[in-house]
Parts: sequence; structure tokens; C-alpha cells
Amino acid sequence: MLDKNGIAKRIAQEVQDGYYVNLGIGIPTLVANFVRNDISVEFQSENGVLGMGPFPFDGEEDADIINAGKQTITTLPGASFFDSALSFSMIRGKHVDLTILGAMEVAENGDIANWKIPGKMVKGMGGAMDLVASAENIIVAMMHTNKAGESKLLKNCTLPLTGVGCVKKIVTNLAVIEVKNDGFHLLERAPGVSVDQIKKATEGKLFVDGEVPEMNI
Amino acid sequence: MINKKVKGVIEALEGVQNGMTFMLGGFGLCGIPENAIVELVRLGIKDITCISNNAGVDDFGLGLLLQKHQIKKMISSYVGENDEFERQMLSGELEVELTPQGTLAEKCRAAQAGFPAFYTPAGFGTEVAEGKETREFDGKMYVLENAYRADFAFVKAWKGDEAGNLIFKGTARNFNPCMCGAATITVAEVEQLMPAGSLDPNEIHIPGIFVQRIFEGKKYEKRIEQRTVRTRN
Repeated sequence: MLDKNGIAKRIAQEVQDGYYVNLGIGIPTLVANFVRNDISVEFQSENGVLGMGPFPFDGEEDADIINAGKQTITTLPGASFFDSALSFSMIRGKHVDLTILGAMEVAENGDIANWKIPGKMVKGMGGAMDLVASAENIIVAMMHTNKAGESKLLKNCTLPLTGVGCVKKIVTNLAVIEVKNDGFHLLERAPGVSVDQIKKATEGKLFVDGEVPEMNI
Repeated sequence: MINKKVKGVIEALEGVQNGMTFMLGGFGLCGIPENAIVELVRLGIKDITCISNNAGVDDFGLGLLLQKHQIKKMISSYVGENDEFERQMLSGELEVELTPQGTLAEKCRAAQAGFPAFYTPAGFGTEVAEGKETREFDGKMYVLENAYRADFAFVKAWKGDEAGNLIFKGTARNFNPCMCGAATITVAEVEQLMPAGSLDPNEIHIPGIFVQRIFEGKKYEKRIEQRTVRTRN
């Protein structure tokens, strides 16, 4: 079974040379720590920066340079700043190659819910709806089950949707799963996790096509 | 040169009235029009509709207007980090319209650019699209979103000149350029206001035609919401 860093490490293997990548808040943010350093990748933050670098050293933080999580950041050589409309032109116009974000629920048809729990304080969708509606390559990073032990990979989402039919791949603490037209397909198992464990933790239709390899991380 | 310079924030906000709709630039607390917000609090304008990506924190940014119950409606994409906001929203005192971030930016830009509406894929199949026209283009579904209308846009830039030309810094740019010229009157506050001719025309982010009033703001606090650093080793 993987921890949050393990999930981020596995997703980092999906990041290819020349990719522009948008990372959501939470586990996705950790992915930047595990991307191979022999490839060229630029991170986009939807508030208006491309070429995001690590957090600044203590004392060097600049209130005018933050990421979408409102954290102080630095920029790397080749970075650029732009306004919010242009930022979403990059996203909507499919210029960003890979979007990695968290989710509360994913359905077997690729629907995603990650912004609202009825009855609880609603903070808003931020840029999530724009991201999931536009990106062609979306990876969801999340735990396979919620705190109550219930599956987050469902037949149908129960929470209000963020986007429809958009998720292509899910990396959880238990597995790597591809979302195809007919449902979830198990691609890889986390170290030490059996196919049965994954089946039990998946409510939606899960296809196991032959021998399922263990993740190589 | 058409001179847009006004003496200060008091002159810049002349004409604001109860019940108006305002656009306010900024992402979180980054690049917010600090001086205009403080003056709106002082003026005690009520029943405001605010179009702003976020709603500030309890004691800074738009939180200051919330404390005084001056805001009737917020149009935002994300409104966490503010207890007073939550209290007013749950008690029904405050009306809230949540809009996807890219749609919010584009609804401002559309107003600036003279488009009444546009189609976006964001929100299709979700509650955001309820009651809105949808349409298929090349096999993909889109939602029709209308441009915003506002009485004043309050934006904040780094440098500006008397002609109203603006240059932004870092990610403090965010929604500010999209809101310039998207309201009847655009008020720009800048950290440094220069005489016309001192900014290189090649470096201008927003030309002065989109700005009606410009002034040099005072005492920028530039509060950081999430100070995140790494240690040297």
C-alpha cells in the first residue's frame, strides 16, 4: 500500500519530457518533488505563472509571487507571468499537457466530484471545473477509500459533479486504474496489495485483464 | 496625452453608491486594491455586489467590507479562509454565486472586449450549467456564459503613468488586467505613479484607454496568506 508520497512518486512516472503540467492542491503538489531531473518540464499554476520553482528560502518570500494554493513560490529560468484569462486560455485551449488533481469521487464513466459536499460549507470550485472540462490528459490522485472505508471509485458519483466523463487515469494508495468506455481497468497493483483487495475497495465495474503487475517505484 | 491622474483614493472613488456592482482584482490577498477597499469601508457604501475571485480573510481584503455588512452578494470561484463570510452565507445574509475560475476571468474579459457572451466547456453537466443554454461544437458540449456588467472596476498594478498605462508584477497580475475596461469606470491604484513618458511603451501590460482614473496608493501591506519556505542546507 502506498502513502501520499508514494502516490505522487508513481504519478511522477507519467510526466514526460516537454510536458507543461498543472498540479492541483494536496497530493498532486507533491508530484513535483519526484519528477526525473533529466527531463524538461514546466509547472503551470492557474493564478498566472508558468515555470514554477520550489518554495523560497526563509526571508526571500515575495507577497507578489504565489501559487494557486496561495503559497509563496519561486520561479525558474524561462518562467513567465500572465493574467487569469490567458492562464485559462492555456488550460481551455489544451496547451497544458497534463492535469493532476485530487477527487472525492470518480465514477466508472469518468465523472469526477471534488468541490462540494451538500450540507457542509461550500468553498467553491476554483479552477477545477475549467481544468477537468478542457484537459485531455487528467490523472486523479487520491486514496482508494474515504475515511469511513467506503470506495471512492463508484458506479455513479453521489456528490455534485465537477465534470463529466473526463477522468482517464486514477492513481490511488492501492492501484493504477485506467478509465475506459466500459468502466475501470486495473493496470497495476501497489506493492503488497492483491487484486482481491482492490476489487473489494472498488464499487464501480472493475475489469482485471490478465496478470496485473505490481507498480515499479 | 489624456491625463487620468486623480489626487488620491477619495477622488478616485467619486460616484460610488449603494447597490452598485464592483469588480475587484486580486487572487487571494495577492494584487488586491488595498486602498480602494479601505475607502469603500470608510464611505460605508451598502448593498454592494462584488465580483472577485476570492473574498479576502476575516480582517483583510474584502473581509473588511464583510465585517461591516456592506456586501449583499459575492460572485467568486473560491471563498474559503473566511469565518465571517461563512457565518453570513449560512445565515442567509449574504448571497453567493460560485463560478468556475476561468469562466469568471473570461466573463470579465468578455465585458472588456465587447462580447455579450461566450461558450465554455467548464461546468457542462454540473449544477453550474443549470438553466443555461448549452450547445455542441465538434462533438463536445459547451455552456453559454454571459459577460459581466459592473459600475466600477478596482484594480491594482505595480507601476502606472498619468496616461493610465499599467504594468503588473508577478502573480499580483491575476484578474486585474481582465477587469480593466470591463466596468463603466475603471480605477487603477499603483505602487508607483510616474509621469507620462517614463514607462517604455513596449513594456505596458494594459494601455491607458481601459483606465479612467489612476492614483498612487499608500501603505501597501501585501499580506501573505500562506507563507511557505524551505530551509537552506
